[in-house]
Amino acid sequence: MAFLELQNLHRDFGTNKALDGIEIALGEGEFLSLLGPSGCGKTTALRLVAGFDRPDEGRIVVDGRDVTRVSPNKRDMGMVFQAYSLFPNMTARQNVAFGLRIRGQRRDERDKRVLELLDLVGLSHAVDRYPHQLSGGMQQRVALARALAIQPRVLLLDEPLSALDAKVRVQLREEIRRIQLELGITTLYVTHDQEEALSVSDHVAVMYRGRIEQMGSPAEMYSAPATPFVAEFIGTMNRLEGTVVDGGVEHGGKTLQIEAARQRPRGDRVLVLIRPETVEVDRANGASASPNTLIGDVVTQTFLGPVTRLKIVGTGVDVIADVPTQKALGLPVGTRVTAALPAEGVRLLDLKEDLPQIAEEPAPAGP
Amino acid sequence: MRRHISPSAAIWLLLAAAYFIIPLIATLLFSLNQQQTGKCCSVHAYGTILHDGAFWSNLKTSFLLALETIAIGLGLFVPTIYLVHLKVPKLRAVLAFLALIPFVIPPIVMVVGLLSFYKGSPSWFYAQPWGFLATAYVILAFPYMFFSLDAGFRSIDIHTLTEASQSLGASWITTLVKVILPNIRAACLAASFLTLAIVMGEFTIASLAAFHTFPIYIQSINESEAYPAAAVTLMSFGITWAAMLSLLVIGRKRGARGAVIAGVR
Repeated sequence: MAFLELQNLHRDFGTNKALDGIEIALGEGEFLSLLGPSGCGKTTALRLVAGFDRPDEGRIVVDGRDVTRVSPNKRDMGMVFQAYSLFPNMTARQNVAFGLRIRGQRRDERDKRVLELLDLVGLSHAVDRYPHQLSGGMQQRVALARALAIQPRVLLLDEPLSALDAKVRVQLREEIRRIQLELGITTLYVTHDQEEALSVSDHVAVMYRGRIEQMGSPAEMYSAPATPFVAEFIGTMNRLEGTVVDGGVEHGGKTLQIEAARQRPRGDRVLVLIRPETVEVDRANGASASPNTLIGDVVTQTFLGPVTRLKIVGTGVDVIADVPTQKALGLPVGTRVTAALPAEGVRLLDLKEDLPQIAEEPAPAGP
Repeated sequence: MRRHISPSAAIWLLLAAAYFIIPLIATLLFSLNQQQTGKCCSVHAYGTILHDGAFWSNLKTSFLLALETIAIGLGLFVPTIYLVHLKVPKLRAVLAFLALIPFVIPPIVMVVGLLSFYKGSPSWFYAQPWGFLATAYVILAFPYMFFSLDAGFRSIDIHTLTEASQSLGASWITTLVKVILPNIRAACLAASFLTLAIVMGEFTIASLAAFHTFPIYIQSINESEAYPAAAVTLMSFGITWAAMLSLLVIGRKRGARGAVIAGVR
């Protein structure tokens, strides 16, 4: 049975539908990430769960109890915010103890619990420091300890890492996952960073225009995107528009042999989705190319560490491919190459409408 | 590190200091003249004032009125401005406009209006400084209270702090008292200083409404005795500053940590 349920949640702000019928069911102890671009409704959904806003329609149920109309201070939800939210007039210890003091917990028990939690987030050496004496990463750790101190039924994380630098972000997201698994706490995590969502979650829900486009495990979301938007949003994807013909898909005057096209009627307009890492690139040697091989010139190289991303452009061809960096050294810009597309494991989607443009996320708020 | 002050800046600073200090020194020297000969030096004028019962009773009235005005003002404006910032930020502009009204309306117009408005109210209110005068002073102090507190609220992220506090189980009141107030303590202190200074020096309303406050006492002495008048002027200056300093010391001791946020230190 689901522990946290969001049932048909609707929320409008004027003419803007921030949430348009969200349905989520999350088991106890599971970690779900709400992933999507700015304005997709993910933070609105989280705020409804926290109780800071009320839905126009729908219900929020926690452990069988409808909490839709319960005020935020009675919901027992721990929350970590995007902006630094520690109380500036209190030390790390006092911040973590705040919720316990409100609950009237005895001082000795409270002190013990506070030290345990600060130890859990690796800050036992900084218990008496004020927020302005802590780095951004340390402040978010204290905020996490403070949210966990009240033993919340659900932990809500609203882009808690977006104001931190890249290295701290990776470190802290792993710690969040470790702590979540250790405590077995049901967690709802909002982020616009797909790498973050895929790396820590049991489930990922991709949101767009107030709706959930797809929800599944990180592996499912990556390997089997259900909509063009999800395909575009999660990872990098080659998107080739084409028409189903006998035995494949016609794209740019060439018929690609694609397994998935066999079940489709002829004439269907489709989008062929191919991950760059599945494209095999070799120097063109003049021999006649096989049906799934496109020919073009390397126009850019982007160094990504172990792999290098090549952009290959030719007549009716525009693909990107990730090749081992060592191999890419032998394929400098201007080299004529063949790009072999896989026949199996390629995803086809109906091309019903133009792909949405994914908005750029604004720069994270500073301290 | 020592700061370098350019000669032109030093001259301007000295001129500004002289502008404030010369009248004080002149008043001090004048107040030390002997009553009979008019020559230096005697502290007789100060003795006269300190032994005058009216001095102490009027000073006490003004000081208590100032405290009452501060208490009512903070009690009224802190929750109001907090809720406006949090729930209806559009109303902030309306409040800012209303706060300018006491600046624009001359005190004499205000007192006439207030006297006729409250005519017929119970005598414990109308005939007592603690009722009528305190009400008028809260209105008079509104602009100073509003702009100080507004700046304080704007210096902290009240939305996030309030939501963080509520998610931890705190009610509105607890959030206001334990989270918000400590972090706008500097703004509250500034609002209190300004209110104290206004009330300790307010003459027009008290005079027209026929109450005996400290400024009224200074005026009455001024009309009759020259040297004690200079002495009481200096003393009122010193008393106001001492009251402000004591507020500052109390506020700093209790709110030193929060003050960092509001930019006092």
